[in-house]
Amino acid sequence: MKRRWNWPLWTGFLLALAGLFSYAVFAQFPITRDFPWANLLLFGTGGIVLILGLARAFGRPQVYRGKMFGPILAVLSLLAFTLFDYGVLYELRQMPASAGAPRVGEKVTEFTLPDQNGKAVALTDLLSSSDGAVLIFYRGHW
Amino acid sequence: MAISVDPPEVSKRHCQKMGFTYPFLSDPKAEVVRRFDLLHPGAGPGGADISRPAEFLIDATGTIRWVNLTENAAVRARPEQVLKAFDQGSAQADR
Repeated sequence: MKRRWNWPLWTGFLLALAGLFSYAVFAQFPITRDFPWANLLLFGTGGIVLILGLARAFGRPQVYRGKMFGPILAVLSLLAFTLFDYGVLYELRQMPASAGAPRVGEKVTEFTLPDQNGKAVALTDLLSSSDGAVLIFYRGHW
Repeated sequence: MAISVDPPEVSKRHCQKMGFTYPFLSDPKAEVVRRFDLLHPGAGPGGADISRPAEFLIDATGTIRWVNLTENAAVRARPEQVLKAFDQGSAQADR
């Protein structure tokens, strides 16, 4: 008897891959970037579907394929989940203490830096022509 | 204004791509970043020193009115947070 294609194994694996790579899209929206619930949902759903596929492969091997590649896909999915957790839930939270950063009430130190057109911009010049300013320090290398 | 270690030409391409019109300042040697104690050593590509994310609201006298030092690089200040801090600072100044 020809054994059936075990679609939950492949679907679960693809959901895990989607969970890993879709953060590049979800990261554009604060609601899915600040805490990656959408990605964790994809991983969770993928995990459940994979388990269903493994249960079929090992529980009814005469009906379903997957006793060999099922565990391989499961391990790869687990690796994708681990990689995601390490990057998004651990690495992004490794921030320096910055105990010496200026605090509320302190005067900011003056500085002059070139802008995107190469023109020197002094902080005092910007402040003198406005009601204030928002300084946004960002990581760069985008 | 935005500050990073990116050189002006990189910032310019980014501004043109994203449509930003405010100043993007370049601090390639991270001198101002260090002065603000925001250096994140080796955290950039190839082990480059970069700035950790942070936002400061400064009033016209140069006094800092609000600080946001995020503990998660993915979580940044929302516009409404900054506007609220600005409104609170303006209210105090009016008293």
